[in-house]
Amino acid sequence: MSWLTNFVRPKLRALGIKPDVPDNLWIKCPNCEQMLFHRELAANLHVCHYCDHHLRLPAADRLAMLFDEGAFQTIELPETIADPLRFRDRRRYSERLRDARHGDDRRDAVLVGHGTMGGHPAVVAAFDFGFMGGSMGVAAGESLLAAANLAVLQDAPLIVVPASGGARMQEGILSLMQMPRTVIGVQQVREAGLPYIVVLADPTTGGVTASFAMLGDIALAEPGAIVGFAGTRVIQETIREKLPAGFQRAEYLHDHGMVDMVVHRRALRDRLISLIGLLRHPRPKAEVVSLERRGEGAGKTSDKAPQEKVGAAPGPADPKGSPAKGA
Amino acid sequence: MRTFLDFEKPVAELEGKIEELRHLSDGGDINIAEEVGRLQTKVDRLLRQTYAKLSPWQKVQVARHADRPHVQQIVSTLIEDFVPLSGDRLYGEDAAVVGGIGRFRGYSVVVVGQEKGSDTEGRVRHNFGMAHPEGYRKARRLMALADQFGLPLLTFVDTPGAYPGIGAEERGQAEAIARCIDASLQLRVPVICSIIGEGGSGGAIAVATGDRILMMEHAIYSVISPEGCASILWRSAERATEAADALRLTAEDLAKLGVIDGIVPEPLGGAHREPAAAIAGLGDAVEAALHEVRSLDGSVLRARRREKFLAMGKTGLS
Ligand SMILES: [Zn+2]
Repeated sequence: MSWLTNFVRPKLRALGIKPDVPDNLWIKCPNCEQMLFHRELAANLHVCHYCDHHLRLPAADRLAMLFDEGAFQTIELPETIADPLRFRDRRRYSERLRDARHGDDRRDAVLVGHGTMGGHPAVVAAFDFGFMGGSMGVAAGESLLAAANLAVLQDAPLIVVPASGGARMQEGILSLMQMPRTVIGVQQVREAGLPYIVVLADPTTGGVTASFAMLGDIALAEPGAIVGFAGTRVIQETIREKLPAGFQRAEYLHDHGMVDMVVHRRALRDRLISLIGLLRHPRPKAEVVSLERRGEGAGKTSDKAPQEKVGAAPGPADPKGSPAKGA
Repeated sequence: MRTFLDFEKPVAELEGKIEELRHLSDGGDINIAEEVGRLQTKVDRLLRQTYAKLSPWQKVQVARHADRPHVQQIVSTLIEDFVPLSGDRLYGEDAAVVGGIGRFRGYSVVVVGQEKGSDTEGRVRHNFGMAHPEGYRKARRLMALADQFGLPLLTFVDTPGAYPGIGAEERGQAEAIARCIDASLQLRVPVICSIIGEGGSGGAIAVATGDRILMMEHAIYSVISPEGCASILWRSAERATEAADALRLTAEDLAKLGVIDGIVPEPLGGAHREPAAAIAGLGDAVEAALHEVRSLDGSVLRARRREKFLAMGKTGLS
């Protein structure tokens, strides 16, 4: 599979990581520090096979792991204004952006793909942490809006996988405005009656968390993912206390009621397919006939134990139920 | 006792002289009265010159000035029959967000504002305007109240940002802000937001998605504080002046970017010199903004509010 080699190396370059051995064939697990062979790592969905640490996943790999047979179509993202503030810190933002884009001037932190998951059509928007820390500026906001639009047009659920340090400072107030803008995207999906599922990946912080990322109808998180609003350094400088063990990790958020479940990357696709199936196909595929109703006189409902009532929907919602007896 | 900012030193010196002269004379000395008059003209000219071209970093200082009118002062001046409302009905009461119901120029309104506090005790009580999740959930509750009774919502933004703490994170600071934005974008009543001092990042936008966004002339509104930006991008908080320039956080720049709809002029020398006049000017601007949208149908308001935010980010600054 060509995307394995194609995406592993650019990601390392973008992050500025110096490989510990030449030619980037080995990657050191950031958790257990074991050396992992890139091919094996990719085959294991970028999960360390020694310690189960979930490494950050390039957006294209994320889409490939979620869609059926790894097949999906990406959409061309809207052209947006680059460097709206003509921002310059120690370097020009326009130069940073050009370097990150590798010649593709539509590329930014969010990749949007559509395809099928377990046979259900689905739209997935995934963040690339390797692209300027997955930061959200105008382009990322537009991409999410495009994803929401596509979901509505295709009558498909929207799945978003954030991995972002937050707003892109170099776009100033316009990056802050992506918070309400992406929330509008979520509202459009909601109003179309479509599921919006968020998979919180490492890390999800700042303005990304405080907008679309925390509005999922269902919120899943990857093991060990850092998810929070404020950065740990800022919190520590403010409160001058030691932070509790596991603070802002996915499991910690789960314990505090902030996410529905923490899902291992290997189980993620199946979990999402189940959820889409349950939310999109609420009725049984075939008629279900109530055994209990068939065995009794029609309309007689007096002294049954509660558990006997559990089963197919009774009454008008079950057209075959009672008449079958009388016929 | 007036607090002077660093760049107001020449003004402070002149005003000190005026004070001295006034002390010397008992009012009858014509020469001294003339001299005071001359100095006062000088002060006015100096203030006009200084405040006409404040640098972004100077605006940051003005926006954070302790004597600047805060929400409670604005509410007590502009809102009649004000009834403060408390609590998020989930966990607690957060004094960083003040809110309630009252009458603004004849009409019942719901008010939500961020209060920094005006003295040491007040600053502690209001946590310097940095809300916990409870503050945003209270704001959301009040938004729902406004919607239920068809009352316009007036918000006043003045916060360094949402509070960064353990409890705040555990109780879902990000979720609370996100739901607040979600709720305000859904409202079918007029929403007028005023950035009155410091519009600090996510903590500000939580209550700043309205039909009209007004900004006081010397207020600031930014995705991150200049200090925070400098420490990340320049690796030194000392470079905050440069970061303030780069972030384009002034009312003038935000109007050019189409992020705000109107700039509310401040009295000569900034709102902190004449809070009463500043508040009156703000009241007029809010009333005018409300007048523009009051008669619109709820669903039209909501649709236009969304369109307004969707249209942002198409043009940049040159
Ligand atoms: Zn490992």
